[in-house]
Amino acid sequence: MDLRKIKTLIDLVQQSGIAELEITEGEERVRISRGGAGVPTAVPAAPAMTAVPVVPSAAAAPGAAAAPEAEPVPEGHVIRSPMVGTFYRSSAPGAKAFVEVGQAVKAGDTLCIIEAMKLLNEIEADQDGIVKAVVVENGQPVEYGEPLFILG
Amino acid sequence: MFEKILIANRGEVALRIQRACRELGIKTVVVHSEADREAKYVKLADESVCIGPPPSSASYLNIPAIISAAEVTDAEAVHPGWGFLAESPDFAERVVQSGFVFIGPKAETIRILGDKVNAKNAMKKAGIPVVPGVDEPLPQEPNEVVKIARSIGYPVIIKAAGGGGGRGMRVVHTEAALLTAVQTTRAEAQAAFGNAAVYLEKYLENPRHIEFQVLADRFRNAIHLGERDCSMQRRHQKVIEEAPAMHIHPRGRIRIAERCAEACHKIGYEGAATFEFLYENGEFYFIEINTRLQVEHPVTEMITGIDIVQQQIRIAAGERLRIRQRDVQFRGHAIECRINAEDPYRFTPSPGRITSFHMPGGPGIRVDSHAYNGYFVPPNYDSLIGKIIAYGDTREQAIARLSIALSETVVEGIKTNIPLHQELLLDAAFLRGGTNIHYLEQKLAKLAREE
Repeated sequence: MDLRKIKTLIDLVQQSGIAELEITEGEERVRISRGGAGVPTAVPAAPAMTAVPVVPSAAAAPGAAAAPEAEPVPEGHVIRSPMVGTFYRSSAPGAKAFVEVGQAVKAGDTLCIIEAMKLLNEIEADQDGIVKAVVVENGQPVEYGEPLFILG
Repeated sequence: MFEKILIANRGEVALRIQRACRELGIKTVVVHSEADREAKYVKLADESVCIGPPPSSASYLNIPAIISAAEVTDAEAVHPGWGFLAESPDFAERVVQSGFVFIGPKAETIRILGDKVNAKNAMKKAGIPVVPGVDEPLPQEPNEVVKIARSIGYPVIIKAAGGGGGRGMRVVHTEAALLTAVQTTRAEAQAAFGNAAVYLEKYLENPRHIEFQVLADRFRNAIHLGERDCSMQRRHQKVIEEAPAMHIHPRGRIRIAERCAEACHKIGYEGAATFEFLYENGEFYFIEINTRLQVEHPVTEMITGIDIVQQQIRIAAGERLRIRQRDVQFRGHAIECRINAEDPYRFTPSPGRITSFHMPGGPGIRVDSHAYNGYFVPPNYDSLIGKIIAYGDTREQAIARLSIALSETVVEGIKTNIPLHQELLLDAAFLRGGTNIHYLEQKLAKLAREE
């Protein structure tokens, strides 16, 4: 089983609310179960598996178990993605996020990074305000115009 | 075979590619601008990615956005459709550099054949007759330009080396008008294509536009799928196309078709190619080669039974062509009407919401359209909203079926050129067949005078 397949399985478990999923394919077996923190972890069951064991953080980076239908998005100024790419809340894995909910920002402050074609683009606030909501999750692909932050 | 293809285009061709992918069990990723959010194929796609605001330059011509979309969706291959970046060697190169398969020929092939002067020279070497002219960019020296024009003989046509698709051309009938015309065309070429190189050709007064379809795989197998007659044009834009071409000796057609396939074989072309010719007085003259799928491909599909888009995908996936030349059978006749959102006689664009939409059907009728009831035709792109194609055992039957189909067609809320098509299908010269590329404009001028 390759990494892509395992990633898809993890997304499936996340979105469906299944507690545990085990799949056997020939000699290979993967069991995915929701951990206590709600983050699904993939446990390769058979030692015969040739694929690299999944590093849960990489694939599970789409964040905490997806809440079905998010709470209503707060009112405010929407910061939208100016490009297609992958959204990151910090400058590097493990680094502190640029902004958190409740934080005050000024126009020109970096809010996040959007990675496109191996280039990291800093996305800046276009006005002053307080971060009311972070609409997308770390590591999530975003399209042009997708809401990223709400400023109040 | 690919598991996921990104469709880097919009409108009718995006739907066409999507259909071919779905038939092959391939997942589709559709990129779209904000103006195309409500497109039918966007809703039908496995994944869709908004890549920019409505203007093409920020969306469908935005190479980084498209490649980024391929990255985030894990697509394996990119189909560029027609127009936009389909013939951009830079796009093809960057797609491949980014680790994806470009469904089309190699970037280098596109680059060489995209320069019209180079293409002509390559074709001459391959034994394909070309329009008489001087196949080097015109020198700057005015005296040289005049000498070259004299050697060709008036009337001549000035063409932009980096142009194509009917753009960047000017006809000159007398020597007095030559130098100004060359200057103007150079300036236009620089502005439109970023390349001021122009060349001179003999201008053929009453030619027909006959083009040949070729498929070639990675293993240098190349076959032709016969010709199409696309002479019914207005301002170099095709209005009605058909296959096969009438009143041309079969041997002459086959010989040229075989030479085109042979040329693809020699240059290692991969994918679908169309060789465009002007045909006059029994002679064929090569004008340009299009390294992409063409709008009018359905008429060839109808008379050969071969799915050209599917073949493009298979070739790009590294498959060997399973069809040999002797397997290609030509049966019957097919005619296509391009349905545009425009005033049928003034040709002003007519974007807006379609309030009533009903497409025809029945034996021998094929409709390729992404539009639907309630669809909003955006003003930002070309006006093509669909094609109605009729197939018959004979040309007469195809025409009869097409007329009936057009009479059943309803598109309200916007204007379309359907009334023009209905008039053309009654036109005596069209019914006889073999009209040249000036016929439609002459007919329209006559109609305008009679008003």
